[in-house]
Amino acid sequence: MATTITELEVGRVVGAPVERKEDAALLTGQAKFVDDMSLPGMVWMAVVRSPYAHARIANVNVDGALAHRGVIAAFSGEDLADAWLASLPCAWLPTEDTNQPNHRPLAVDEARYVGDGVAVVIAESRGEARDAAELVQVDYDPLPTVIDAERALEDGAPLVHEEFGTNRCYTWNLAAGEVDDEFAKADVTIKERYHQQRLIPNAIEPRGVIVQPFPATGELTMWSATQIPHIARVTLSMVTGVPEAKLRVVAPEVGGGFGSKLNVYAEEALALVLARRLGRPIKWIEQRSEGYNATIHGRDQIQEIELAATSEGRIRAVRAKLTVNFGAYLQLVTAGTPLFGAWLYSGAYDVAAYDFECTGAFTNTTPTDAYRGAGRPEATYAIERAVDALARKLGKDPLEIRRLNFLREFPSAIVSGLTVDSGDYDAHLDAALEILDHDDIRRQQSERRERGDTKQLGIGFSTYLEMCGFAPSRILGAIRYGAGGWDAATIRFLPTGTVQVLIGTSPHGQSHVTTFSQIVAQQLGIAYEDVEVLHGDTAVAPLGMDTYGSRSLTVGGVAAYHAAERIIEKARKIAAHQLEVGEDELEYENGTFSANGKSLTTKELALQAWTAHNLPEGMEPGLEASFVYDPPNFSWPSGTHIAVVEVDTETGDVDLIRYIAVDDVGTVINPQVVEGQIHGGVAQGIAQALWEEAVYDEDGNLVTGSMVNYLVPSAAELPSYELGATTTPSPTNPLGVKGVGETGTIASTAAVMNAVIDALVPFGVTDLDMPATPERVWRALEEART
Amino acid sequence: MRQVSITVNGAEHVLELEPRELLVYVLRERLGLTGTNVGCDTSSCGACTVLLDGESVKSCTLLGVQVDGHEITTIEGLATNGTMHPVQEAFHEQHGLQCGYCTPGFIMATVSLLDETPNPTEEEIRHALEGNLCRCTGYHNIIRAVQTAAGVEV
Repeated sequence: MATTITELEVGRVVGAPVERKEDAALLTGQAKFVDDMSLPGMVWMAVVRSPYAHARIANVNVDGALAHRGVIAAFSGEDLADAWLASLPCAWLPTEDTNQPNHRPLAVDEARYVGDGVAVVIAESRGEARDAAELVQVDYDPLPTVIDAERALEDGAPLVHEEFGTNRCYTWNLAAGEVDDEFAKADVTIKERYHQQRLIPNAIEPRGVIVQPFPATGELTMWSATQIPHIARVTLSMVTGVPEAKLRVVAPEVGGGFGSKLNVYAEEALALVLARRLGRPIKWIEQRSEGYNATIHGRDQIQEIELAATSEGRIRAVRAKLTVNFGAYLQLVTAGTPLFGAWLYSGAYDVAAYDFECTGAFTNTTPTDAYRGAGRPEATYAIERAVDALARKLGKDPLEIRRLNFLREFPSAIVSGLTVDSGDYDAHLDAALEILDHDDIRRQQSERRERGDTKQLGIGFSTYLEMCGFAPSRILGAIRYGAGGWDAATIRFLPTGTVQVLIGTSPHGQSHVTTFSQIVAQQLGIAYEDVEVLHGDTAVAPLGMDTYGSRSLTVGGVAAYHAAERIIEKARKIAAHQLEVGEDELEYENGTFSANGKSLTTKELALQAWTAHNLPEGMEPGLEASFVYDPPNFSWPSGTHIAVVEVDTETGDVDLIRYIAVDDVGTVINPQVVEGQIHGGVAQGIAQALWEEAVYDEDGNLVTGSMVNYLVPSAAELPSYELGATTTPSPTNPLGVKGVGETGTIASTAAVMNAVIDALVPFGVTDLDMPATPERVWRALEEART
Repeated sequence: MRQVSITVNGAEHVLELEPRELLVYVLRERLGLTGTNVGCDTSSCGACTVLLDGESVKSCTLLGVQVDGHEITTIEGLATNGTMHPVQEAFHEQHGLQCGYCTPGFIMATVSLLDETPNPTEEEIRHALEGNLCRCTGYHNIIRAVQTAAGVEV
């Protein structure tokens, strides 16, 4: 009775670039972000932050702040120390011996990074709160700092958390096959070392939170610029002791996340506890430069990767070793972030043996956590650059090496222990090369090389494989992840024939309202406009696991599909009863059940289910269904990305002149939305390769502490992208969909850096750190010349 | 406090302002026009872009008292009688927005650009909009939207 994928394709809505429902409010200024909201009696919160990367807090005196006009209250970390029932959460402690510091929303004895909160001020207005925060006197005794992860792991390094006796958070291993044996007998081996620089996510909407208390009942409502209202509700209940049933969390319009809002932050806990204590609504809005220190960063790891291969270029084994800078504390997924890539250091290639090791280190810096791609851009970067290095060592074409090693049998059990659902890597590589006109661009490259042009061309490839939609829950449990991988949807037919879809994912730019409307409209045979998607409010859709890791469509979207199936199942029973035929005699197509020349639509059946005048014996009234979907596997997007750069060999300037992306993300529900996701992801990955880098000085001050000196690219730096698509539907879900939110970021960094190096190889440059700034490129050329 | 008179989206407002109040907060908090967003504190992101006497400015870099006697247009003032401005329509058609936070700023900057340069090249568009940052779209569809609004087939 299930509606099959073939029937879905018959329809008009799924697969069509229907217009986004989200746009009207956003285009006219009517959308409500957290900072657009104001409540009667509302007061403002400002956080006093440590200017030292590491210091003992000798004394905190809030008297000056309390004396300031408009100030209602001020608290030190010590004043609130008893308010916390638990540490701010870390959802993934990968090993039994993982060191987890107690992360209080305000530091008590020691500040451990610049930006660590040490006191909080509540005042009648935004300005008064900020002015008064400057009057809090904190006596600091500076302590030695450690900024770099490798340095932090050396003997004698200053300790970020003295109680552990080490800065090591954990070491985690994953090994399969005869790795040492493969390396011993390999014709050729390579060993590379790469630096994943620290990045700052820079969602354009800063973070913010409002908490409204209802003292008479003990209820509290929190509006937060978050990707994860459901997870925030569970964990903040644990941190603050507010009973989960009394806490409602709402993610209103949210202005981008990229992982930076996939977290449970100190300010949310503070606003919650203080709103409850003071009995007034509290608002906090992050200032951008404040957020540069107080919102999570991304990446920051040293990667060592080794390949063992035959003389033809067949890769037999991969060894990867990571040293990761976690910063001062474990935020929600700090410890697990590098491990999201743990299975992918063999890339899209068929290898026999695998050894992955990751060590995380505490430092006196802002905590790192999941930034778009989380673990998988790092893995892709390492293997894709290493494959190019192997090709150079063997004197072979990097595409030949790739094709020689591609996984080709699907489903494919890969060496690291997981199973790739579907793919056709030759297909997307071929498609990308056709867009590129490979022979022509290589000819141009040769011509420029021959005539010693000061602007050299480089062509870089990234044939990536990634895994997203983290699930099933039992696998997440086996790797000690703290939550499940399921998601939920409820579909409710209203009596007049319009439909509410309550979803557990929480969009912040990803077009869930549009995409989920398409899925449900198609399934139920109703108009796209008749579907209303509600999300991001634990009181409206209590069950959900939120939005991150490219999971929303492959988990939440499939849950909506299954809920629609349940609606059809029930509607079929009513139709059979009223038309007096057997259920299996009914044909169902595009919202209409028919048999013997009689028919009933889902809309008509919705009214029948509501009046309940003539339902089958014992049937519950109403036409509503829920489904909680726990996927049987991850989804495995793949693709070929190609970058073409022009490198000025006199100035070191890199100009990205073409960018081609051919992605296989399974069945596409809305091509315009999917392309938009790829564009944005690609831009972020390019930015890592060429411009972005968070830099600390030795004392732990963030030198790139604002948008002025951290280079988020504008339109002027980026090209238009040339996109193509191939499709191998995922066989593990009935929609055939795979994730797309992170593919661009995962693929593009490696493609761009391989292109830059490709341009520089004739000059003897075969390695370059990111970002490939003019200075870095120029210095590499100078060093190679001498 | 100083009294100023500002015309915003065609309506005149007489306000008592603190000299330190930024125009963006005057619009957002005094007049309730929250469509103009704040994305940074260094005049880098352009989310707060509005029109001052028809030309785009970052409303976080002006004090409210500086615009005494001037006309401001915000995103709320673009649509007429419920019909979106062609630039708003073009952003919708070309999927030139995702989370939408930077969008009001981009739209106001585009209105100003097309007023000065009705037929810009792609290169001109990219450079004209370099004061506005978007983290979602990679700019590809924003450029298409501006071209569409300029009447270029894309």
